[in-house]
Amino acid sequence: MVDLDYRELGLKVGIEIHQRLATREKLFCHCPPFMRHDEPHLWVRRRLRVSYSELGSIDPAARFETLRARVFEYGAYSDSTCEVELDEAPPLPLNLEALEVSIEVALMLNMDVVDEVHVMRKIVVDGSNTTGFQRTALVALGGESSVIETSEGEVRLSTLCLEEESAYIVETTPQGARYRLDRLGIPLIELATEADIRSPDQAREAALKLGRILRATGRVQRGIGSIRQDLNVSIEGGARQEIKGVQELDLISEVVRREALRQVNLLRIRDEMRSRGLSPSSFESAETLDVTELMSESKSKLVRRALSRGSRVLLLKLPGMGGLLGREVQPNRRFGTELSDYAKVFGGVAGILHSDELPGYGITEQELSSLYGEAGLDRSDAFVLVLASGDKAKLALDAVRRRVAQAALGVPEETRKALPDGNTAFMRPLPGSARMYPETDVLPVVTGPLVREILARGLPEMPDRVISRLVTQYGLTEDLANMLLDDGRIAQFERIVSEISGLPSRFVASTLTSTLRGLAGEGVDVHRIPDSALETTLRLVAEGRLAKEAIPEVFRRLAENPELDPSDLAASLTMSEEELDQIIRRVLEEEREVVQRVGMRAFGRLMGKVMSVVRGRVDGAVVSRKLRAAMEEMVGGQK
Amino acid sequence: MSLSYSGRARELLESAGAKDYDLLRVSAGNRIYEGILMPRPEILDDLHIVLKLSNGYNVGIDIEKISSVEVLGRARPPERPSPPRVPPREGLPSVPIVVTGGTIASRVDYSTGAVKPTETPEELIDLIPEIAELANVSYVPLMAKLSEDIRPEEWGRIAKRVAEEFNSGAGGVVVAHGTDTMHYTASALAFMLEGLPGPVVLVGSQRSIDRPSTDAVLNVTAAVRVAAEGQMAESVIVMHGSTSDDFAWVIRGVRARKMHTSRRDAFMSVNEVPLARVTEKGIEILNPRFRRRPSEPTEVVARVEIEPRVALVHAWPGIERGLLEAVVSSGYRGIVIAGTGLGHVPNRIVDEIGAIVESGIPVVVTSQCLFGRVDLKVYATGRRMLQAGVIPAADTLPEVATVKLMVALGRGLEGEELRRFMTTSQVGELTETISPSAYPPCFSGGA
Repeated sequence: MVDLDYRELGLKVGIEIHQRLATREKLFCHCPPFMRHDEPHLWVRRRLRVSYSELGSIDPAARFETLRARVFEYGAYSDSTCEVELDEAPPLPLNLEALEVSIEVALMLNMDVVDEVHVMRKIVVDGSNTTGFQRTALVALGGESSVIETSEGEVRLSTLCLEEESAYIVETTPQGARYRLDRLGIPLIELATEADIRSPDQAREAALKLGRILRATGRVQRGIGSIRQDLNVSIEGGARQEIKGVQELDLISEVVRREALRQVNLLRIRDEMRSRGLSPSSFESAETLDVTELMSESKSKLVRRALSRGSRVLLLKLPGMGGLLGREVQPNRRFGTELSDYAKVFGGVAGILHSDELPGYGITEQELSSLYGEAGLDRSDAFVLVLASGDKAKLALDAVRRRVAQAALGVPEETRKALPDGNTAFMRPLPGSARMYPETDVLPVVTGPLVREILARGLPEMPDRVISRLVTQYGLTEDLANMLLDDGRIAQFERIVSEISGLPSRFVASTLTSTLRGLAGEGVDVHRIPDSALETTLRLVAEGRLAKEAIPEVFRRLAENPELDPSDLAASLTMSEEELDQIIRRVLEEEREVVQRVGMRAFGRLMGKVMSVVRGRVDGAVVSRKLRAAMEEMVGGQK
Repeated sequence: MSLSYSGRARELLESAGAKDYDLLRVSAGNRIYEGILMPRPEILDDLHIVLKLSNGYNVGIDIEKISSVEVLGRARPPERPSPPRVPPREGLPSVPIVVTGGTIASRVDYSTGAVKPTETPEELIDLIPEIAELANVSYVPLMAKLSEDIRPEEWGRIAKRVAEEFNSGAGGVVVAHGTDTMHYTASALAFMLEGLPGPVVLVGSQRSIDRPSTDAVLNVTAAVRVAAEGQMAESVIVMHGSTSDDFAWVIRGVRARKMHTSRRDAFMSVNEVPLARVTEKGIEILNPRFRRRPSEPTEVVARVEIEPRVALVHAWPGIERGLLEAVVSSGYRGIVIAGTGLGHVPNRIVDEIGAIVESGIPVVVTSQCLFGRVDLKVYATGRRMLQAGVIPAADTLPEVATVKLMVALGRGLEGEELRRFMTTSQVGELTETISPSAYPPCFSGGA
C-alpha cells in the first residue's frame, strides 16, 4: 500500500496494550489464571439488563447492547472456576501479586502510582463479563518523565490500569453469545499512551517497546492472545476510532495505514456528497419499499433462497448517491461494505446488496432497471436491498439510512474490530466515559507499602540492559537475546542454563525461540507445551538420552498431548546403537559399488541416505562418526 | 449535601469548604487532580480523600501529600430523564409492590457512583418493563430496612399494609424484602394474614439491581406474575430456581429457607416440593397442595399480636447447663431448640429443660438437620426430653417454629392449647408425610 503523508493528514494514534499477567491466581478469586482447551463441564444461561433511562444521556454503547435483549451462555469448569466467575459470590480482595506487577511496570515507566487504588465497575453488557461490568482499577498516571523514546519522537504514557480479563467468546449465536469462563478474571495490565504517535511505523515501534518493557518483568503470560493492542486512530477532520484486538505486532502499522486511508476516503465521499447538494436531512425521510413481488420471478439464487425461507426484499432509496456506494474506502472494502456492517450489527441480517454492485449476484440488468423504475429513481441515485424478515430488514435499513446521513457530515466515531488483513469493521458505537461506578465489594488498597517494598528490592532491568547482559553473560547474539525477550522466555532460559549442565547457551536459546517459532509457523500450538516438559526435554538431550534432532518431534507430540512424559517419548524416538549399525551396514551394502568406485567422496551421499532413515532419532554427529568408520573400513579393506 | 469524611481528612476538606460530590482541584506532590469528591465508607482510614476523575476512575489521595484543595463547583443533582408514566391498563389486575428495603429497591447514578433508593414504580418499570404487561403495578414504600434489622414487631406493620391493599382491591401483593430474613417475614405473614384472597409474594435479589446481571429482573417479573395470575392464596417466596436466568420457584413461605450466602438460587423448599415454577411462558404447578383463591372476594384480617421474646438456640457438643437458664433470665418467654439429628440435646441439660418447662416457659424442639422430622421416641435421650415436657414440632423448620411460637404466645396461648397449636399444621408449616421427592439432589458434576 502506498504511504500517505501522515504529518500532512494530521494523523494521531494512541495505543492501549492489554497484557495478561502470569500470577498464581486470578484477580478476584483463587482460581488458576490459565486458559483451557477442553469443553466446559457445565453451561449457565444469563441475561443482562441496564435501565434505559439511566443510559439515555449516558452511554450509547451499553444502550445499544441492552436493546438487543440477548441471552448469554457461560461455560464453567468444576475444577478451575468458582462462584466468583459465575457471578454467584462476591469477589475476593484484589490480588496483591497482580497489583505488585502493575506497580513495578508503572515505576519502570516513571509513572505516578496512585496512593490508594480503587476498583471500579465499568459497565460492559456485551456478555463478556458475567456481572455485566468489568472490574478495573487505575494504578498509575503518566507524568512529565513517563515517556518512551521512538525514532520519531517521544510518546507519553497516560494511564496504567489493572483489570480483569473478559470471558473467552466461543461463538456468537443468533440470540446472543457463548463464552468460556476459564479466561474471565485473569489479571490484565492496560497500558495506554497519549495520542502522540504520528505515523504507522511509529505505532509499531511504540507497541514493540512497551511490550518488551512488560516482558522484561518476567511476570507476564505469553502465547496467542496474551497481549493485545487497541489503537485510537484519527486524522485531521476525521474522527477518533477505537480499534480493538490487534493481536499481532506486525499488523499494527497496516491497521493504522488502512484506517487513515479509510478516513481520507470517507472525507472524499463527504465532499462529493456536499458538491451534489446532499446533507443529512436529504436522508431523513428516505423511503423504504417492499419489492418482494417485483423480485418473485428472479433467477438469482441468492434471492430465490431468501424468498423460499419467507424473507421479504426491502429497498431503501438513497437519492443522489449513485456511484458512491461502490467507492473503495480500504483495499477491497467499499463504502457499501461499511453500510453492510451497520445492517449486520443493528439488524442481524446477513448483509445488503446495493445498486453499485448490480447487475450481479444473479440479478439481471433488466431487474435492476425495473427496481430503479419501481423506486422512481434514476442512475444518479442509489439504493440498498435487504433480504430478511420484515422486522430485521427494517432495523437493518434504518441503520443504513442513519449511516448514509452521517456520511454527509464526515466520519462517525466508532468502535471497530481489526480484520486479519489490516482492514477494520464496525463493531458498535464508541462508548461514553461515564459508565463507571465503585466496586463496593472490594476494599481499596493503599499502595505506599508495596511501592517501598518494590523500590527496596530494585526494579526489573529495562529491556536494553537485559539484552546486553544476555549477550555478554551467555555469548548470545543480539538477535537471539531479543527473540528470548519477545517470546517471554528469558527467565526460563536462565533457569535451564543454570540448572542443566552440558548444554550450550546458544543451543538452549535457539531451541526456546527458533525451534518453537518454526513449529508455530507449521501450525503447531506450541503454547500448550508445559514449561516443565520443555525443560525435561532439554535435560534428556543433555543426558544423551534424546538426539537434538528429535526435539521438534518431541515438541510436536507434546503440543498435541501436553500430558505426555517427554522421557517416554524419548525412549520411543531414540534408536539403539545396534539398530543404527544395522542401518549403516544395509546402506553400505546397497552403495557398495559407488563406495568402491569413489571411496570417501561418497560420504555425503551415504550420510544423506542414512539420515533420511534415522533423522530425529539419533544425533547426526554420532551417525557421521559411525558411518565414516564403517566406510573407512570398507575402503581400507579394499586396499 | 453532607460530608461523609471523618478525622483528619474531614478537617482538611472542611477547611476548604468541600462537600461530598463537589468538583475539586487538589494539588498533591507534583500533580494536580481534578475530580468529584466521593463519599468515603466508614471502615476506611481518615488519611485519604477519594476523587472520581474525568476518565471515570476513582483514586485515593494521601492527605499528607496534599498542599491545596479548591472547590471548583458544587454537587449537582444528576441529570436523569424521568421515565414516562405508565397509564393503568384495563383488564389487568392491580398488584401493589410493598417495599420494605433491600437491594431490590436501589439504583445507581453512574455520574457520581452513588447508589440511591428507587422512588417510583416508573423507575422499576423502566428497568423491568415486563411487569407492566402483567399487572397495573403500584409502589408502596413502607420502610427502608436491611432485612437483618427488621424486628418481629415490624412484621405486623407489613401484614397490616398487605391486608389494606387486598381489602382495597389488589389481585395479589408483592413484598420487596432483603433476602437474609425473608423466610422469617414470609412465615410471619402466613400466620398473621387470615382469609387471603390471593398471593402475598415476597421477592428480593441476591445481586443488587444496579448490576446488569441482577437477578431482580427475573425475580420481580416472576413475583408480579404470581401475584397477578397465581392461584395460591398464601404467603410465598418467589426467587431464582437455578443459577441460570431461566425460572423461579414458588416456595411456600413457611417451607422456605435461604441455603446459600450468595447464589441466585439460594432459597429452597424444605420437606416439600416447591408449589410451582415460573418461566417466561407462565406458571407451572408442581405441588397442588395449596390454599386456592376463594371464589368470592373475602375480607383479609391481619392478626398481628406477637411475643417477640422467643429465643432460637442451637444444640451443639459444647452446650452446657446454664445456657438455657441464662436465656430465660434475660427475659425470653419461649425457647425453640434446633436439636441435633432427630431433635436431641445432650442428656446433661435435659433436667434443666424440665425445670424451664415447669416454670411455664414452653420449649419447642426442631432439628438442625432441617430436612426430615423430629422424632423423640426412637432413642432414650429423646424419651427423656419428652418426659421433661418439650413440644416436638415434627418437620417444622427451626426459624418457622420460632415465628410460630411468637405468634402463639402473642395470642396468649398456653398449656395444652399452645401444645396443640405447635404440633398441628396451621398454614402448611408441618406435614404428616414427606414426599420422597422433597429432598433436593446435589453435587451434579465433578468437584
